[in-house]
Amino acid sequence: MTQQLSAKEPTAEQIAEQQIYKQMGVSDSEYELICGFLGRKPNYTEIGVFSVMWSEHCAYKNSKPLLRRFPVDGPRVLMGPGEGAGIVDIGDNQAVVFKIESHNHPSAVEPYQGAATGVGGIIRDIFSMGARPIASLNSLRFGRLESDRVKYLFEHVVSGIAGYGNCIGIPTVGGEVVFDESYEGNPLVNAMCVGLIDHDKIQRGVAKGVGNPVFYVGPPTGRDGIHGATFASEELTEESEAKRTAVQVGDPFMEKLVMEACLELIDTGIVLGIQDMGAAGLTCSSAEMASKAGNGLELYLDQVPQREEGMTAYEMMLSESQERMLFVVEPKDEAQAREIFDRWGVICAKVGKVTDDGRLKLYHHGEIVGDMPVTALVDECPIYNKPSTVPAYYTENENVDTTRYAEVKDLGAALEQVLGSPSVASKRWVYEQYDYMVRTSTAVRPGSDAAVVTVGGTRKALAMTTDCNGRFVYLDPEVGGRIAVSEAARNIVCSGAEPLAITDNLNFGSPEKPDIFWQMEKAVDGMAEACRVLETPVIGGNVSLYNENAKGAIYPTPVVGMVGLVHDVDHITTQGFKQEGDVIFLLGETKAELGGSEFQAVVHGVTEGRPPVLDLDTEKKLLGTVLASIQKGLVSSAHDLSEGGLAAALAESCISGSVGAKIALESGGLRPDHLLFSESQSRILLTASADKAEELEQYIAGQGVPAAVIGRVEGTSLEIEINSVSALNKPVEGLKQVWEEAIPCRMK
Amino acid sequence: MKFAVLVFPGSNCDIDCYKAVEEVLGEPVDYVWHTATDLSAYDCILVPGGFSYGDYLRCGAISRFAPVMAEVAKAAEQGKYVLGICNGFQILTEAGLLPGTLLRNTSLKFLCHDVVLRVENNSNPFTVDYAQGEEITIPIAHGEGNYYCDEATLASLKANKQIIFTYASNPNGSLSDIAGISNERGNVVGMMPHPERAVNTLLGSEDGKRMFTSILKAWRDQHDAATIR
Repeated sequence: MTQQLSAKEPTAEQIAEQQIYKQMGVSDSEYELICGFLGRKPNYTEIGVFSVMWSEHCAYKNSKPLLRRFPVDGPRVLMGPGEGAGIVDIGDNQAVVFKIESHNHPSAVEPYQGAATGVGGIIRDIFSMGARPIASLNSLRFGRLESDRVKYLFEHVVSGIAGYGNCIGIPTVGGEVVFDESYEGNPLVNAMCVGLIDHDKIQRGVAKGVGNPVFYVGPPTGRDGIHGATFASEELTEESEAKRTAVQVGDPFMEKLVMEACLELIDTGIVLGIQDMGAAGLTCSSAEMASKAGNGLELYLDQVPQREEGMTAYEMMLSESQERMLFVVEPKDEAQAREIFDRWGVICAKVGKVTDDGRLKLYHHGEIVGDMPVTALVDECPIYNKPSTVPAYYTENENVDTTRYAEVKDLGAALEQVLGSPSVASKRWVYEQYDYMVRTSTAVRPGSDAAVVTVGGTRKALAMTTDCNGRFVYLDPEVGGRIAVSEAARNIVCSGAEPLAITDNLNFGSPEKPDIFWQMEKAVDGMAEACRVLETPVIGGNVSLYNENAKGAIYPTPVVGMVGLVHDVDHITTQGFKQEGDVIFLLGETKAELGGSEFQAVVHGVTEGRPPVLDLDTEKKLLGTVLASIQKGLVSSAHDLSEGGLAAALAESCISGSVGAKIALESGGLRPDHLLFSESQSRILLTASADKAEELEQYIAGQGVPAAVIGRVEGTSLEIEINSVSALNKPVEGLKQVWEEAIPCRMK
Repeated sequence: MKFAVLVFPGSNCDIDCYKAVEEVLGEPVDYVWHTATDLSAYDCILVPGGFSYGDYLRCGAISRFAPVMAEVAKAAEQGKYVLGICNGFQILTEAGLLPGTLLRNTSLKFLCHDVVLRVENNSNPFTVDYAQGEEITIPIAHGEGNYYCDEATLASLKANKQIIFTYASNPNGSLSDIAGISNERGNVVGMMPHPERAVNTLLGSEDGKRMFTSILKAWRDQHDAATIR
């Protein structure tokens, strides 16, 4: 059997003649380059290794020029992009480690395992840095919650995330779920993990010290996930279903053991380098570790633990079997390392050696089966500057008047429509399947603006959120990019935290299409500018391209994962109204900005025009003022205004606080439906107890932030008057029912 | 009073139990590995939640064969206190230290949220600091918490006052709304809700604190009585 399988592999000549490299996503010119680096034609194993290392997923060949536009430095940044995850200082010799990563394509064909292994992969990125994972988040996109297929994907993605996260014992504390036609057939599953580390424990993925042994840790390698990285770097088609074998299978129990053993190993201080085997498995981890140390590496593939018989070098190098790690120690420390893995019942095998020749050499059955320069694999992938053009829809949208629709008179019914939209509705159905409390540090549970997790043994806490409004990014990528970062920052600040940094997951369609590449460029510019002004550098992230379905690309969805520092747990603030008599403030200005709003989509059934404007200096001033107000102890509740505008924000604060509110607004010339449902940016609802309201009002005014007292927390209904005329009056209990039942009803 | 928190491969509420004992009681507490063969130093053994052995085969079915479980049985026999929480409850039923079994939730979904529990028996060592019939808020987080036993067992549970907690609103289909039970002697308790997650108002509730203070109080009463004798 072994011989037959190997015999089936095409020769180097056949690969060249039949252009077999093209099936692996390698272009003619790239193939020529590879031949140049090798000084000969690559064999089947070598072309396989090059194809994954040179895929978009590993080499960022289409996105690197854009990623360079992000600010990546800051006074608190201890490690920026390039390692498993970025690291930010939080004082007292502690730091926070976090990263987001996509598993979109696997989840489209095998939702449970696709999502589960997405969670497993990002957790490995965190503990491979030496950090203890303390929380997970996610950002999910599905088609409209109507077809059986969408419901199936939604249900199984959620249970995959739950299955993995619950078992490994890391709380899933937050995230977002949005439903929109554009994600039909190509759901987005982005998983984020946050960890804590002491400064002196920070690890790097480097193969240091010529002659040192290289160890493989984790379950045996099987034939699952072969070419996963390549699969992630092409469009989904009907044939994708046949590539189900490119999807890996997760075992969270194994990862729990590997994680505990690795953290214990790291604690001993003997580790010289450690990296997880993620995309492109053994190939990527070994090549990158050698490259970062400026060394070479030999792998003895007969020593690689194997789950199946007769695996070829090609299969072993390209397998993406899960829960595996690679590490380097000095020979004298081998026994100590082995003892730890034995105790945890985890396989640990010596599979290679660090060399000084700068080459990745593969030995199998006593022969050299691959010999490639490490730099060619890691650094020499050609980088493409793709052509970019302004899409027609963008130009057409400029002249769309988003206020042209007939006035909606029944504002209560419109609010119920918005609250009942699955994207706005309560996500309880989702997060109750996640253990969001294990590790007993979750101070703010899912359902508020951001989740908050305490830092044991200190007064500090970390706030974390994921955000992106794809409609806004679609309508104007640059403004949408600014909004994504700003909204995340607003959620962090409303929780009582100072924004620290972001990780981003750039989900876009095919970069081969000039109008899609234009979306990428503009969105990155908008995000980069916001990160600069708000002083939240990008410390790492992930790019997922080729997200398309039969109708075209998904909405451009650059998800922002942001982490903030709560300096004292007393500052922790949530969105729910706290007690009767509290005074309600609206900070920021409301304009008739309906483009891309939930109201426009749900009530008028369109997504058109320009999104709301966002001025970063205004945003920064607002955030500073709100955070200072919270830190001064003046604020009872805080909630940012996003999907559904003022009306939805008021309803959510009432529902979360199980209390009503009496609101009196001045229209300022705006139509009532626009006033209530506009999604103008840089707005936040604050409440203060009656005895602190005056001080808060004066403080805000002193900062030059526009604000108005719009009402009080009172009763059991949400009552809104506009220009002294009743505009909306709904019992909170009824609104709650609409909001809470929207998703469970559809999933029955 | 000395506590042991057992650690099986895949336990993940071990740290939370340890922290709860440390913070609520300040009594000595050790992690004890699943391979341990001597628990004689401990007065109370906590079998924590999690996914021991990945919950493979059946929740708790593999853990019951761990070497430490023979010692847990011995401790129970000696009248020491044993508390199994969530997966720990499942392990104790698999080990035969508690009657019945835990089936999948009727919703077939994992459920994580606060529940209101009614204290059905406050004369048990684990509940002496609660009032009889008191309602307390403690979270659940499980996929297999649907308690089941045959009619005869249920009748004897009721007759012997072995039902310790019931759900005010049944989340998982448990027979007779059972959330926690004891053995006949009362020194071994298993429950699906997590008292160790409810010991701090910052994290939501501190209604679980009194389970820990109860244990200490009961142990001291017993201990003092023994000393006087």
